[in-house]
Amino acid sequence: MKPSEQTRSLGRSIAGIAVLLAGFLLAATLCFGSSPNASQIPSIFKPQSTPADSIFRLSLLVLTITGLIFLIVFSLLAYTVTKYRRRDGDDGREPPQVYGSNQVELAWTVIPVLIVLVLFLATARVIHSIQDAPKPPGTIEVIAIGHQFWWEFRYPALGVVTANELHVPVSDSSNPSPTFITLLSADTDHSFWVPRLAGKTDLIPNRENHTWIDPHETGLYLGQCAQYCGTQHAKMLLRVYVDSREQFDRWVQNEKKPAVVSDEVGEGRRIFETTACLNCHAVSGTVADGHFGPDLTHLMSRTTIASGAAPNTPEQLKMWIQNPDSIKPGSLMPAMKLDEKDLDALTAYLVTLR
Amino acid sequence: MASDTIALGIADPDARPIGERLHDWVVTVDHKKLGILYILYSLFMLVIGGVEATIMRIQLIVPHNHFVSPQVFNRMFTMHGTTMIFFVAMPILFGFGTYLIPLMIGTRDMAFPRLNAFSFWMTAFGGLLLYFSFIGGNGLYGAGNAPDVGWFAYAPLTSRAFSPGHSTDFWTLALLVSGIGSIGTAVNFITTILCMRCPGMTLGKMPLLAWLNLVTGGLVILAVSPLTAAQIMLSIDRYLGGHFFDTQAGGAAVLWMHFFWIFGHPEVYVLIIPCFAFASEIIPVFSRKPIFGYPVMVGATVAIGFISMSVWAHHMFTVGMSSYGNAFFTATTMVIAVPTGIKIFNWIGTMWGGKIQFRAPMLFCIAFLFQFLIAGLTGIMLGASPFNWQLSNSYFVVAHFHYVIVGGILFTVFGAFYYWFPKMSGRMYNDALAKWHFWLFLIGFHLTFDFMHIPGMLGMPRRIYTYEPGRGWDIWNLIITIGVFFQIAGVLVFVGNLLWSLLKGEPAGNDPWDAWTLEWSTTSPPPDYNFAKIPVVESRRPLWDIKHPEDPDWKYE
Repeated sequence: MKPSEQTRSLGRSIAGIAVLLAGFLLAATLCFGSSPNASQIPSIFKPQSTPADSIFRLSLLVLTITGLIFLIVFSLLAYTVTKYRRRDGDDGREPPQVYGSNQVELAWTVIPVLIVLVLFLATARVIHSIQDAPKPPGTIEVIAIGHQFWWEFRYPALGVVTANELHVPVSDSSNPSPTFITLLSADTDHSFWVPRLAGKTDLIPNRENHTWIDPHETGLYLGQCAQYCGTQHAKMLLRVYVDSREQFDRWVQNEKKPAVVSDEVGEGRRIFETTACLNCHAVSGTVADGHFGPDLTHLMSRTTIASGAAPNTPEQLKMWIQNPDSIKPGSLMPAMKLDEKDLDALTAYLVTLR
Repeated sequence: MASDTIALGIADPDARPIGERLHDWVVTVDHKKLGILYILYSLFMLVIGGVEATIMRIQLIVPHNHFVSPQVFNRMFTMHGTTMIFFVAMPILFGFGTYLIPLMIGTRDMAFPRLNAFSFWMTAFGGLLLYFSFIGGNGLYGAGNAPDVGWFAYAPLTSRAFSPGHSTDFWTLALLVSGIGSIGTAVNFITTILCMRCPGMTLGKMPLLAWLNLVTGGLVILAVSPLTAAQIMLSIDRYLGGHFFDTQAGGAAVLWMHFFWIFGHPEVYVLIIPCFAFASEIIPVFSRKPIFGYPVMVGATVAIGFISMSVWAHHMFTVGMSSYGNAFFTATTMVIAVPTGIKIFNWIGTMWGGKIQFRAPMLFCIAFLFQFLIAGLTGIMLGASPFNWQLSNSYFVVAHFHYVIVGGILFTVFGAFYYWFPKMSGRMYNDALAKWHFWLFLIGFHLTFDFMHIPGMLGMPRRIYTYEPGRGWDIWNLIITIGVFFQIAGVLVFVGNLLWSLLKGEPAGNDPWDAWTLEWSTTSPPPDYNFAKIPVVESRRPLWDIKHPEDPDWKYE
């Protein structure tokens, strides 16, 4: 191939790629823009809590600086590659042989050093502001314990134990009530990540980690386990409900109560308490006191089961009890192998646990 | 004379029966044959690792897909990562080093030819052990087959409580055995480069490829040793009642992370520095200029080598280090950007004022420069630890390191392959096919890995076998998977070109690129003894001096 043809085909190919990429971007934007539940996208660029917000603002600085570096170096590279390509009718002589230049080397060493210094100082400030933040008096304390493949949440000061769906009060900037979370693990490594509220922090066995959030707006915030923890890492989903103060207090009042006891579902309760259910699950006020699985005292106050993998409906509950693999293959919940009558009775009992 | 007949027999190996020729390859201690063995072995493993990646990408093409089970998916990403790092990237770079170093420093073989062969076969045996787990990993408990603990195998997932059976043991042994091979190769590189340079080749006149492989050798010894130690500790945990990493008995999961990443981060530089070496040989030749700032390039590489030993915990920003720890590793991580930037500027300086020829090796190197620039900038984002708390373990980080490993390493390896293929085989590759390979792979690479950054920023963690719809991740995953098929097409063209050119390629001649280093002064392929007469050099570009006696380099160095 002659040099001229080479350059022309190079140009054609670059144009082709540009068109292709633009097409994909357009298609993507269209699909992305028309997404029905855009508020459910756990984007790190839509922060709703101080730690996520500080990170967002730092990220804007970092993105600006790296973006500028990219533009400058990219243009320089593109310019060099086009300007100094071998031209048509080249005389075949070697170009001037240049071995280097100390001044130029010094310039492109000192400038990056200065950029790095600025970036480091900005970053160090944010590290300190997030990691060494003081606890104001209205702080809610939560202990989050990672299990294969679900979350246990304990509120020691409030006497509440729940699973998979964390409830926290909205934090008002004039009267802050942030939530400080102590992170523990019962088995393997996990990571607590709700992108709109805070960066992730790992839950590691034999180790106590901490994170905190102070959500500015009520609503549901989605996240999930972000450290590979075994077979069902993918369905160790995480839901954070940010309630108004009144909603939160009402929720706490309900969660503190012992389980509802109803004679109408006595048969289902008998099955629960005489099969393997109680080895792993607790229902307060009854003999069921297991700790390997989620506390079921107020099961029906949660909108999902199996750590967010399925909606909390009687049909899904039945399917989960009978064959957990149909929802979450590899979860540690065993298939209970009940007959149809017992399954109905047990489900009827569970749906009374409000 | 009898000895003449024997010599003739060796000189024309094609005349002998195939069994004898294969036997030659198995027992060889010739650095050129071992280098080619390394490269062919790695290319074979590249295809296997690519199949594993394809399986994962098909599973993720739509949410809630049922192409494979979670168990299979978890094995796929473990095997893909382990294969690509330990049995593709490292051996292919060792292969080029083994082939090129003696030729480029003007000697007849490595310092320890038999250690060289031993190292290759240990690496090959390691890969065999890893893949034997598919058959032998069931063990006594009937649980698992291939390992499913992730390529960095965080404790306590590797303890017997969470990983019964033998799949983790095969993984451990594979890394232990191939690690011995890697250390053997590193010792060989260092000794060869320090002790066997031809007359006149002072350290300051070595080709950059030799310099950079010297640094790589040092890093391999420093980095692989802790990994080997950790594998032994893990085996002690699993079989001799140790509790180093067994958290159920008071062990420390974070200890494993430190051991792994004090290997794992220098490992990135073990892989990228030889690729810098390829770029530093290829870019000058196709720009028709000497490398810009040779002493600075050497200094920057040595600096990267040292700094790379102090950045490992930037893989651990989310494990709950103190704010001082996080700040320290942020600083070291950002500092390493400085010598890396210097290298990029020097390559631009090399092209500046040159006459750039867009041959296939150069195309791959130019793409490398653009892509490595982006990889470096996303690296700075990840180095800012608070930003890392969001990005770490998400698809953003997967995109970042594939930008380094595919966009940086694999692209330069393809470039190196096309550059030295004529020397290794004696035949020229098909230029049209090479360009098809380049463009297909470039499109595939960018479709896959550019768009992979986005779901990470939208909260998609890595290592999930499926995901929920409605989180804004679907379209990106679809595009990512489409890109994979362009990459596959590119690799198929590459393999086709390789086979076609080996059989039908034009004879290449000794010096098809009008290049300047010593490997181009001998025949293609070189004879067993490399050089009939050991060369004597006076500058960094001995062939330039011969071709331009009126304007030799040694006047200016």
